Amino acid sequence: MSPHAALTPDTLAPHASAAHAEHYDPVACKIGMWLFLFTEVLLFGTLFIVFAVYLTLHHFDFASGSRQLDKLLGAANTMILLTSSLTMALAIAAMQRSNRRLSVALLTATLLLGLAFLGIKAHEWHHKFEHDLYPRSATMLANPYGQQVFYGLYYTMTGLHALHVIVGCGAIVSAMVLIRLGRVRADRIAFIDNTGLYWHLVDAIWILLFPLFYLIG
Amino acid sequence: MTSIPAPLTPALPTYLDVRRGLVSWLTTTDHKRIGIMYLCGILFFFLFGAAMAVTFRLKLYSPGLHFISNETYNRLLTLHGVTMIFLVIIPSIPAIFGNFFLPIMLGARDVAFPRLNLMSWYCYMTGGLFALTSIAYGGPDTGWTFYVPYSLRTSGNVLLPILAAFILGWSSILTGLNFVTTVHRLRHPAMSWFRMPLFIWSLYATAWVQIIATPVIAITLVMVLLERFMGVALFDPSRGGDPVLFQHLFWTYSHPAVYIMILPAMGVVSEIIPTFSRKTIFGYKYIAFSSVAIASIGSLVWGHHMFTAGMSDYARVTFSFLTFLVAVPSAVKVFNWLATMYRGSIYLGPPMVFTLMFIFLFSIGGLTGLILGSLATNIHVHDTAFVPAHFHYTMFGGAMVVFFGAMHYWWPKMFGRMYHFGRAYASAVLFFIGFNLTYFPLFLAGVHGMPRRYADYLPEFTVYHRTSTIGSWIMVAALLLMIGNLIAALFNGKRIKDRNPWGGATLEWQTPSPPPPSNFTAPPDLSRGPYDYPVEVQDP
Amino acid sequence: MAAQHEKTHPPVPYSLYFKVWIALILLTVLTVSVSYANMQQARILTALMIAAVKILLVVLYFMHIRFERLLYTYMIIVVIVTYGIFVSLTFSDYLYR
Repeated sequence: MSPHAALTPDTLAPHASAAHAEHYDPVACKIGMWLFLFTEVLLFGTLFIVFAVYLTLHHFDFASGSRQLDKLLGAANTMILLTSSLTMALAIAAMQRSNRRLSVALLTATLLLGLAFLGIKAHEWHHKFEHDLYPRSATMLANPYGQQVFYGLYYTMTGLHALHVIVGCGAIVSAMVLIRLGRVRADRIAFIDNTGLYWHLVDAIWILLFPLFYLIG
Repeated sequence: MTSIPAPLTPALPTYLDVRRGLVSWLTTTDHKRIGIMYLCGILFFFLFGAAMAVTFRLKLYSPGLHFISNETYNRLLTLHGVTMIFLVIIPSIPAIFGNFFLPIMLGARDVAFPRLNLMSWYCYMTGGLFALTSIAYGGPDTGWTFYVPYSLRTSGNVLLPILAAFILGWSSILTGLNFVTTVHRLRHPAMSWFRMPLFIWSLYATAWVQIIATPVIAITLVMVLLERFMGVALFDPSRGGDPVLFQHLFWTYSHPAVYIMILPAMGVVSEIIPTFSRKTIFGYKYIAFSSVAIASIGSLVWGHHMFTAGMSDYARVTFSFLTFLVAVPSAVKVFNWLATMYRGSIYLGPPMVFTLMFIFLFSIGGLTGLILGSLATNIHVHDTAFVPAHFHYTMFGGAMVVFFGAMHYWWPKMFGRMYHFGRAYASAVLFFIGFNLTYFPLFLAGVHGMPRRYADYLPEFTVYHRTSTIGSWIMVAALLLMIGNLIAALFNGKRIKDRNPWGGATLEWQTPSPPPPSNFTAPPDLSRGPYDYPVEVQDP
Repeated sequence: MAAQHEKTHPPVPYSLYFKVWIALILLTVLTVSVSYANMQQARILTALMIAAVKILLVVLYFMHIRFERLLYTYMIIVVIVTYGIFVSLTFSDYLYR
């Protein structure tokens, strides 16, 4: 056994990092989360640039492509996600007031709304697949160029977005577990706070996706 | 070197020997150990990338050589680029020296997110593994730029190197995220923004570029994979796509990437020159703001890689103008460094020799960048050998030479051992000769019309290529000598017990060599600024 | 050095979130109704402007930027401006070919 065993890092230095159990820096956690959100903004932002460029180059085809999407389903999904953002924000507000029961109930509501969103999205995709409108399908390859790219972007962007919704749902479940374990509390709120930030960003991205894909026809 | 004097206080464990064994390293969250683990990976991939280059340069020794096929040449060239850019130069200074010294220079105990830091390293190694594995499938042959539509259709392996680049991107992003948060939250209370070392300023500016620019290439590469493997119409012109759009998005990251490479290097130079001139840095605030300016403007010049691709005149003029503009803050830095040296008490230790070499080589690279940045001359030299000559002078003669200098500067601090000076100087001189022999002829060949990325050439270019190939041998010999010297120092280099062999004024020179796990044995003394000389030098 | 207990602002009242939500729903209804009108070019611009307002509401209130320290606001501005320049420079090519 090393004679220096007693000289652990903890005994030598008074202040530690944000990840250390006893020294919890919620501001560092929030800064880190926002920085991560910035990468998501640029990630989807790049896709929006691609959309904008092809919208400029294939204006007519994009409009006709948009008309092939179900406006009302898209609007319903928008309402669902907006409401889930509300329940998410309320869940955090409840946790700030140490109302664990309410917080978990609101998180559950958020989760269910998120799953509903995914359900509708899956239904939309399935509908398109049934009409032979998937990448590389015969119908797709016979489409005008602009529409092919429209659908290429549709699947890429809504697919990537749905992936983020799934990850968000996972984060919500984790938050609920951590609340149950007492690891997320009013004075230790960073995890659920950051989950909320992520969820709201996913909502914000959809707010932009919806009109661009569904309403330009 | 005789007997080591007995220490006056009981020796604390250093970060190297507290908890031993491979597992303790692979599960560490100590930023210093993570820096060393990056060092191992980066040195390995550097030698691997160099080996590929030496090999394909052999084919160019004479025109008409076929012991390496043209296809193999393309694959070696591509993997050389992917390796050097994503696995070596981009991580080099931030991941090794940034990780090791950013917290210490700030007076902190570690970075803001130590576990995320470890994850960065695993991302790096995974990306490296994917890149190596692609060789088993023949490797990519698209050039490191993966231009569409060729990358959508080539039979060469594209999946693994693109996945490698994607994963490596996340390693870079996480490092940047960690550094920004650390600078904001873990600075010593007495250290205001303008009392930070300039190395930190450069790492901070770089970190923002890493965060903002890297996701662009991440998603762009994902789009290439989606199109290649699932037929999602995104870039293929036969499906309505625009290949130039790929170029826009690719270079929106890949140009700032070169600033991710050079800014930390310039930060290191801003540390070494004042220390080895025993004189405070000239124009601290100008250098700090120049770092921010280079990061900002440098993120907006990507179109200069596409002047002949078919962009509008309006775009080309704008990008050319911005390209000229970004040279200004770089020049400000060079002048400030020279002004720092003027009337200083200059000590030409090995770190300083590499730094001076950097100024010379980077200046050549920078000036030739103006030729490339000006629209009319660009048309003549675009896609010729002039381009690789330019970027090797800036990325290799620039960033990597500073990397060498940084190794020689901080090796005694990281390992408590001093290397052999004579061999260090010899390797520097040999490298300088080899480097210029390798790359200068390529400028001339390019101006005379030699295209880049060509596996063969017309006989009139022989003298240029042959000189370059011979130069590459000299350069490799120098690198082996240099790295061998540093590694030998780990085993039989002179142990230095002293904290400050160079007389530096930043906080890492107040810690023991090597530092203890918690970085400081006593609260750091911030009574003097980071460039407040003279500092008591303890000779090695 | 890292403050253990940041000066936490008093929790945002639940009712404020409901008000923002109502605004968002109304704006969504507005966006959809506008899309039925025959406006061609202006349609996309209008849709984008309404979307921008909605996103602003989400960022300011749901994501708390209205109540947080200014650092986050500055960072967001830097990112948005940079992204805006990316878009502008890219379109300096596509709009003038």
